[in-house]
Amino acid sequence: MTFEPKIVGFLCNWCTYTGADLAGTARIKYAPNVRIIRIMCSGRVDPAFIVKAFAEGADGVLMGGCHPGDCHYINGNFKTFRRMPLLKRYLQQYGIDEKRFRLEWVSASEGDRFAAIVNEFTETVRALGPMQIGHEGVVAPQATEGTAKPVQDHVKHHAEPRKSVQATV
Amino acid sequence: MSNKIGVYVCHCGTNIAGTVNIPELVEFAKAQGDVVVAREYKFMCSDPGQALIQEDIQKLGLDRVVVSACSPLMHEPTFRGACEKADLNRYLFQMANIREHCSWVHVDKGAATEKAKAQLAGAIGKARYLAPLIPKKVKVNPATLIVGGGIAGIQAAIDIADSGRKVYLVEREATIGGKMAEFDKTFPTLDCAACILTPKMVQVGQHPNIELLTYADVEEGKGFVGNFEVKVRKKTRYIDEEKCTGCGICQEKCPYKTASEFEHGMMKRKAIFMPFPQAVPKVPRIDPNTCVYFKTGKCKACVKVCEPQAIDFERKDEIVDIKVGAIIMATGYKLFDAGKIAPYGYGKYPEVYNSLEFERMVSASGPTGGDIKMKSGEKPKSVAIVHCVGSRDRRHNEHCSRVCCMYALKFAHLIKERCHEATVYNFYIDMRCFGKGYEQFYQRLLDEEVRFVRGRVASVSDFALDESEKGKLVLRVEDTMVGETRRIPVDMVVLANGLEANADAAKVGRLFNISAGKDGFYIEKHPKLAPVSTATEGVYIAGACQSPKDIPDTVAQASAAAAQVLSLMSRGEIEVEAATANIHEELCSGCRVCNTMCPYSAISFDDDKHVSRVNDALCKGCGTCVAACPSSAIFAQHFTDQQIFSEIEGVLHDVRA
Repeated sequence: MTFEPKIVGFLCNWCTYTGADLAGTARIKYAPNVRIIRIMCSGRVDPAFIVKAFAEGADGVLMGGCHPGDCHYINGNFKTFRRMPLLKRYLQQYGIDEKRFRLEWVSASEGDRFAAIVNEFTETVRALGPMQIGHEGVVAPQATEGTAKPVQDHVKHHAEPRKSVQATV
Repeated sequence: MSNKIGVYVCHCGTNIAGTVNIPELVEFAKAQGDVVVAREYKFMCSDPGQALIQEDIQKLGLDRVVVSACSPLMHEPTFRGACEKADLNRYLFQMANIREHCSWVHVDKGAATEKAKAQLAGAIGKARYLAPLIPKKVKVNPATLIVGGGIAGIQAAIDIADSGRKVYLVEREATIGGKMAEFDKTFPTLDCAACILTPKMVQVGQHPNIELLTYADVEEGKGFVGNFEVKVRKKTRYIDEEKCTGCGICQEKCPYKTASEFEHGMMKRKAIFMPFPQAVPKVPRIDPNTCVYFKTGKCKACVKVCEPQAIDFERKDEIVDIKVGAIIMATGYKLFDAGKIAPYGYGKYPEVYNSLEFERMVSASGPTGGDIKMKSGEKPKSVAIVHCVGSRDRRHNEHCSRVCCMYALKFAHLIKERCHEATVYNFYIDMRCFGKGYEQFYQRLLDEEVRFVRGRVASVSDFALDESEKGKLVLRVEDTMVGETRRIPVDMVVLANGLEANADAAKVGRLFNISAGKDGFYIEKHPKLAPVSTATEGVYIAGACQSPKDIPDTVAQASAAAAQVLSLMSRGEIEVEAATANIHEELCSGCRVCNTMCPYSAISFDDDKHVSRVNDALCKGCGTCVAACPSSAIFAQHFTDQQIFSEIEGVLHDVRA
């Protein structure tokens, strides 16, 4: 059986989520690998969400916001844009290929583009293969035990204590 | 936490059930923790579907409801309402989108069902941690702002003002009337456009509830439904509008002339001018680029003759702040620039006209007094009307501009009426005569012996192959009915330019947070069921700014937008989003990182307590501050870390298992 990557998509309500809706209304077919989580603004995405998704075993994380200048909340997407380079470095340190994470600007009218991005990203992640993080703890390939710990702390820090989360970390 | 979650899976006819295995999804839902009931129904949004939920809430004591159906942008309000009717707080409802994001976009049933499970598990995950929220109520300001004073803006303004509520009508040009004021006749009834438009313009000008702001631009918009604050720049006319009586003597006496924009350069206007005699308001403006006073400091011919002393060369732009509860965007369209299609020779050959130039030529008040004549003064013996110029053309605009077929027919009729001998050709791709009485009009034109050639014109040139083509414009076209290429010499060519969005439509839309599509036209909330609403509550659209449309459709949309506004106004107060950010003061370290994050300046700093505070009247709930808080002291209600973490766990349920 071919490897079907599991990708979590954080889409902002006003642009990318609506763009994905448009892809639906237009019946544009695309890969079924992205599971979508709606947030109001890409600015809401705490880098911890992305780390959390990887820690839960996602093979890739897609993030969609409004085009620069088009943010429904004036400039939330700029804040996102500023955060992401640091996150990418952070991911690298844990042996997570930065290509597993992608930030895209998709407007409400770009249903076709959303579909194209999902297809392309799915293939990128498929080529990278399954995420090498065990479910019992965040142990990325080539990462030493010491470096893995802050990821767990970070996740723990942001999550209210909860059975399943505790089990993860 | 012990929850009682009810899960409802919608078939949406075959929209979802055709691709997603519903029974499997229902069984999956039943197996999830905290789920006490899972049901399926053909149409959850229907009355019986909603009743199903309400009955379960009451009988089983559900405290969370998850509906797995279409996009929450479509039916979240419906189901929230259903929950509330059964006394369950609306924020305890969660939706899983398995139609737009699943069944409609995937083909493989197995894969679609797996994705639907993940989406549903995510929604159940989030539902576990949902908390009830109480929406605040705010008063609706009963005034309305209408941007754009064309026929759409005029109609909406009158409809709203007649109900006794205040309307601010902002128009970029010095007069209202828009494109319709430039037309001669309207299809298919051949009413004179001015005869039906100018009385409405006058009505707007005199209406006690309408405040007209012409020659003005909207510069800034903020606020939310019910309470918008808008900044309008009234560009200076160098005339005191209060004093001016509109007598027009200044216009007569002004010694300097330039090409009239309203007449598309086919007539002259003065440096102090009204665009056309029926302009509303009847106040001229001075064009500083033409007026010699601005160049040399001399002349003042107008000042000398102005009895009320209304002319003031020192007058500056004026900023007007207005507060309104609703906004209607009626900013219209712009004509496709035919110069972009070089082979048609627009701008090169004087006898190639665009459609608005031709409208002015056939207008009785236009440059030729309604006579159709060439630059030489002679009547044309043959006229070609070229359809789809810049429309239905992948190089320019893919869309059909909807009105060109009909106005081309109108032109053909008017040419036949005024130049009896002339041969009139229509070069078309398809004839689209869809409206009431339109097809009959087309039949009438066929009877008038107008010639119809099916084929897109390749080029217009003055290159003559033989005697008969000398001094003529030759159209090359593939006549697809005959199946051969033809050369047709004519005296005059009229281009049926398509309609496109204004160049700055996206920029203007951004002022009020409404988005424009790829083609630049504003996007409505729902293409069928909410055609005049936008994604931003309280902002409506009407007319050609939404897509090209003819006058009847524009007027209908304008009245529809007015009805939406009046419905909002008559409610008096509205509920605002309760999903705002909040700060745990005991966790706040007072670092103030969030203060600068907030795009609405909703976070202030309490110097005494050394903590930040969110003003929830200003907070829009974007969550940018939440993600930035290094102490995790801010939480986004309805999008808390906990809720999203649980949703992430849900969508990855199959990896975790």
